Amino acid sequence: MTRKLTYGQAFNEAVRQAMAADDDIFCAGEDIGAFGGVFQTYAGLQAEFGERRVVDTPISEQAIIGLGVGAAASGLRPIVDIMFMDFLCVAFDQIVNQAAKIKYMFGGAATIPLTITTGGGAGLSAAAQHSQSLEALLCHIPGLKVVQPSNPYDAKGLMTACIREDNPTIMVLHKRLLGMQGEVPEDAYEIPLGKANILREGADVTVVGWGRMANEALDAAEKLAADGIDVEVIDPRTLQPFDTATVVESVRKTNRVVVVHEAVRFGGLGGEIAAQIQEEAFDYLDAPVARIAAPFSPVPFSPVLEQIYLPSADDIEAGIRGVLARPGV
Amino acid sequence: MELSTEVQMDLHRRMVRIRLFEEAAGKLAEAAKLPGFLHLYVGQEAVASGVCAALTDADQITSTHRGHGHLVAKGGQFNEMMAELMAKSTGYNKGKGGSMHISNLEVGMLGANGIVGAGAPIAVGAGFADKYRGEGNVAVAFFGDGSTNIGAFHEAANMACALKLPVVFACENNEYGEFTAREKTMAITDIIDRAAGYGMPGVIVDGMDVVAVHEAATEAVARARRGDGPSLIEAKTYRYYNHHGVQNLGLKYRTDDEVAEWRERDPIFTFEEHLIANGTASRADIDAIWAELRADIATAIEFAEASPVPTADQLLVDVYTEMAPTAAEVPA
Ligand SMILES: Cc1ncc(C[n+]2csc(CCOP(=O)(O)OP(=O)(O)O)c2C)c(N)n1
Ligand SMILES: [Mg+2]
Repeated sequence: MTRKLTYGQAFNEAVRQAMAADDDIFCAGEDIGAFGGVFQTYAGLQAEFGERRVVDTPISEQAIIGLGVGAAASGLRPIVDIMFMDFLCVAFDQIVNQAAKIKYMFGGAATIPLTITTGGGAGLSAAAQHSQSLEALLCHIPGLKVVQPSNPYDAKGLMTACIREDNPTIMVLHKRLLGMQGEVPEDAYEIPLGKANILREGADVTVVGWGRMANEALDAAEKLAADGIDVEVIDPRTLQPFDTATVVESVRKTNRVVVVHEAVRFGGLGGEIAAQIQEEAFDYLDAPVARIAAPFSPVPFSPVLEQIYLPSADDIEAGIRGVLARPGV
Repeated sequence: MELSTEVQMDLHRRMVRIRLFEEAAGKLAEAAKLPGFLHLYVGQEAVASGVCAALTDADQITSTHRGHGHLVAKGGQFNEMMAELMAKSTGYNKGKGGSMHISNLEVGMLGANGIVGAGAPIAVGAGFADKYRGEGNVAVAFFGDGSTNIGAFHEAANMACALKLPVVFACENNEYGEFTAREKTMAITDIIDRAAGYGMPGVIVDGMDVVAVHEAATEAVARARRGDGPSLIEAKTYRYYNHHGVQNLGLKYRTDDEVAEWRERDPIFTFEEHLIANGTASRADIDAIWAELRADIATAIEFAEASPVPTADQLLVDVYTEMAPTAAEVPA
């Protein structure tokens, strides 16, 4: 049985079902208890599971992650929430030097089944400290897994997988997708981490995009279909580990590729993905790998500037037309 | 000791300026004319006003996400503030910062802040620069009760005390952090209990009483200026509106009765009663001040609405400071 849920509700249901099945799972974060979280992603959980298992914390990001690390090392399965992705920076030591490395440093002795949830992405005029897409920072750290769903079905399935995962995982919800509706199965299900999803099959060009950008890519693909251009859209779903194989297989078919992300272009994941493609499929490429991404500035407050700043379906369409315009070989 | 008429009227004026600015901003937000998040300061006016009236233009402050009141009290102008909230290029931050990052270095306001707790360490830096230059200026960190749960606050407090810097820590304890009550997130009732741990004096004041705040601030600022180091002032206060925006979201985290009780003790109206009772001002004087400042707000809204939005070429401007050419680069 499926029914329509929003992205936020689908995420919430994953947490609820996992908690019902396993008393070792608890949640902690700012305003997530009585209030249900500022994005309502934790709504109703404290009412259902009580204050023992859904904990309102002080405004203490470092201690929130530390709480998760220590409790995970002690055998629990914490889900800890950092309201906005930007605030991960306040807790970077616990994430980068502690959560990510304890397993390795301890010679494998410790297991850290920790899920960190957070809201990323721009488009709400929330300005420079509440709008960032910092996934590249996280993906650079061995020991972390990084996930971003692009729709309600994925939000539930990926969150379920994150909770079952025995490694520190960061689930980045896109703030502008929270109200997106979609069919979601009632029963618990898992979408495997590290496996990309081909959202749309196509023969002419491959577009790789995640989160809100996967949806923008689908819009661009729809538009181009009217002109007879057949776009394949791949949503990696998990950014670390990254499913290079699926992308490379697609590129071998289409010979052209555009990578799109909301994060700034320089040092963004687009560069890494382009490098992997040229390492594994150089001879198949008919055009350089194109990157559509934000320019190198903080996210501006001004809605006018933010609109220019953010990659859009139009930008992706232009990028696709650009790689298709190359003569090929 | 009764404050001079001039100081009292100055305190009053600062509070009314904040109230009118915030009420206007709230209305504009409800009319969907202000993009982004808006954290209103209504109810807390006595704190910023009482503290900033103890400062000179050369003294600096750091602020919070709830920062308009601090900027108004420090001398921020309505036109540029309203324009910033409307994301116009004539705003203090050229439309790139908005409510949560509003700033004006000319009046010594080092920025509202989107990161809870982040202002305190910056105030320590400002205080360090003051001591370093030896010009006798001070820095004030404004921050909420909730922010004292973050490491940055504790590091800042300790460093300021260890280095004996001219810093005043001004805590606005409004009993909530977002939608969660203070008692759920700390085991103490008074934030000043934290002061002793760093070796600075702490004093509680009624944050709805602008004179009390001003007297405590005057003493703390004098101490800092003398070189005797930091102090912590805890003003017990209250915000009337929701954590952000105006209306409660329909989700109850405090009672209407509680809000009504605090409103009874409104910092502006109680002070006006006091001014009238003492013969410091007449009702007519006070009405004239409100009318004058209302007109200023109307002008500011007109100014902001008529102002242009930033042009596309501004997107990549001010990411970095442009370096002046070196001697070798300047053509002979
Ligand atoms: C590091 C960080 N964590 C969380 C938030 C989200 N947040 C914004 S304001 C706020 C509450 C702050 O409470 P307090 O310091 O008491 O200030 P008040 O809002 O009451 O004025 C929270 C949790 C944030 N902006 N930054
Ligand atoms: Mg507070």
